[in-house]
Amino acid sequence: MPDARRPPDLRHRIGLALLLGLGLLALLAPVVSGYDPAAQPDVVATRFTPPLAHDGLGGFHLLGTDRFGRDVWSRLWYGARVSLTTGFLATLLSLVLGLSTGLIAAVWRGPLGVLLLALTDFALAIPRVVLLLLLAAFWTPSGTLVVLVLGLTGWMGIARLVYGEATALMARPFVTAAEALGGSRRRIALAHVLPNSWTPVIVAAALGVGNAIALEAGLSFLGLGVQPPAASWGNMIASGRDTLVNAPWVALAPGIALVLVVAACTLVGDALRDRQDPTSATPGTAVTEPLSR
Amino acid sequence: MLSRIVTRGLAGLAVVAGVVTLTFLLLHLAPGDPARLLAGPEATAAQLAAVRTGLGLDRPLPAQFVSWASRAIRGDWGLSLATGRPVRGMLAEAWPWTALLVSLSLGLSYLLGIGVALLQTRAGRRLDTALSAISVALVAVPGYWLAVVLIWIFTYQLRLLPAFGAAGLDADFLGPGARVADRLRHLALPLATLTLIGMGGAARFVRGALFDIRGAAFLAAARARGLTEHRIRTVHLLRHALGPVLTLLGLSLPALFSGAVFVEGIFAWPGVGRILLDGVAARDYPVVMAAATVSALLVVAGNALADLLRAWTDPRVRDA
Repeated sequence: MPDARRPPDLRHRIGLALLLGLGLLALLAPVVSGYDPAAQPDVVATRFTPPLAHDGLGGFHLLGTDRFGRDVWSRLWYGARVSLTTGFLATLLSLVLGLSTGLIAAVWRGPLGVLLLALTDFALAIPRVVLLLLLAAFWTPSGTLVVLVLGLTGWMGIARLVYGEATALMARPFVTAAEALGGSRRRIALAHVLPNSWTPVIVAAALGVGNAIALEAGLSFLGLGVQPPAASWGNMIASGRDTLVNAPWVALAPGIALVLVVAACTLVGDALRDRQDPTSATPGTAVTEPLSR
Repeated sequence: MLSRIVTRGLAGLAVVAGVVTLTFLLLHLAPGDPARLLAGPEATAAQLAAVRTGLGLDRPLPAQFVSWASRAIRGDWGLSLATGRPVRGMLAEAWPWTALLVSLSLGLSYLLGIGVALLQTRAGRRLDTALSAISVALVAVPGYWLAVVLIWIFTYQLRLLPAFGAAGLDADFLGPGARVADRLRHLALPLATLTLIGMGGAARFVRGALFDIRGAAFLAAARARGLTEHRIRTVHLLRHALGPVLTLLGLSLPALFSGAVFVEGIFAWPGVGRILLDGVAARDYPVVMAAATVSALLVVAGNALADLLRAWTDPRVRDA
């Protein structure tokens, strides 16, 4: 419960406002865009129109056009749909996997718990990009595959957090009481431990969403994610990279959007973490937030 | 300490073995036929079969794995399908470049991150907030995009730094001094990209660790003993925050290596990451297997090193 006496957390507000705003623009992409994101009416007349200018056919472009004369502003919001959906779905998958692994390892313990923990530590030590590259490059690229791959490689931090939280809870009197009353392990896990270990998970998830969005864009940037002509922030940056000299805005716009989304997720995660543990100033970095992508 | 090193070593080897097995399975279960790729679209069935036998692809998967692993352990990593060169030689040339880039950027980003965090402990509220905001922005920036932006600024706009490779085409004809300068100029942009990204996370984490212990009794005691603020900050405060930082250092290695893959790809840096990207693009199975193994080795070794460093600097961990 938010404490009414505490001043409102600015980071939380800024982060949420950013996410809501960008999400809304993505949702309303057909309304706000003004152009078909894949339309190439007259390439020679419309390509490389700078931002805030009219192209050769008289059309106005807020963020200019790319080398095929496609409107960057429109592509940005259609791309946002891909990026945001992929990020959220992948994090959801990581969340389910991490929660069940951590919970089972903490509540059931024994050989199964040891095995799950070893598996988590093992997965944590694998360079994630190697796995991503292998999966994305050798299997046919598709949105579903990207979600699966990101989800399957992003659950370990959450599993660690849940395990730590759940192990601490298992020693608490109310769990002992539930055990004494004959509650099954499943019941203890789902009814007693799970509801009490949500908070760190939500923090990790908030940070994870930003991470997944950035990685999806990274895969698309390498040509292994969303395939052109469909727009995604990653493949927009990749194609803008080739035209940096005469049209830097093509690569700059999606990158700025990407930074805003990831920063917003980080801010929300920070604020949630502070609310959960106001005494500590350590950001939720240790396990969940990579230092570089 | 010795038993700790041995345990870490064994655990590290297990991880490497796991990564290698996983890579092998992923490669060989993936759709697509390397023999078809190698023999070309017009190959006859007999030619395909010959290629398959030549590569050992007609044998059962476990047998293929055992023969690959036994040859790999003896140092025979096979030939690249794309270039025909021995894979071992390619990686032997590449790994020092990656190790150089990653270790330099790791060291620099932590030094700068710790510096920023120390500045934040004595800065006013406004400066602290501003620096925190910059840290968040740096954490949020994807490496490949930052690389593209830096290339745009320093290569295309200012025409100051090269954006391609680790040495100029004329490097062999330069004098020793000019050659070093050429190397440094090529190193600048990849290193800056990786350092900037890592710096944000390091600053955030160290700031948190420092703020957490700001009210600790041992600091009050140090103040009561009349030590200068400067000494307290650099010796007492920093020393205490070192433990979590070293742990994070180890944990951030896989991520840093991931970042290096993108950055090496963009700047054509001749490291393991670029070999991996090229190998993946060309479906060069022996190269991908070897690059994945080497990257796992680098990451595991770095992790173990951070762990041992932590034990060495903190007696509580050492004796635990």
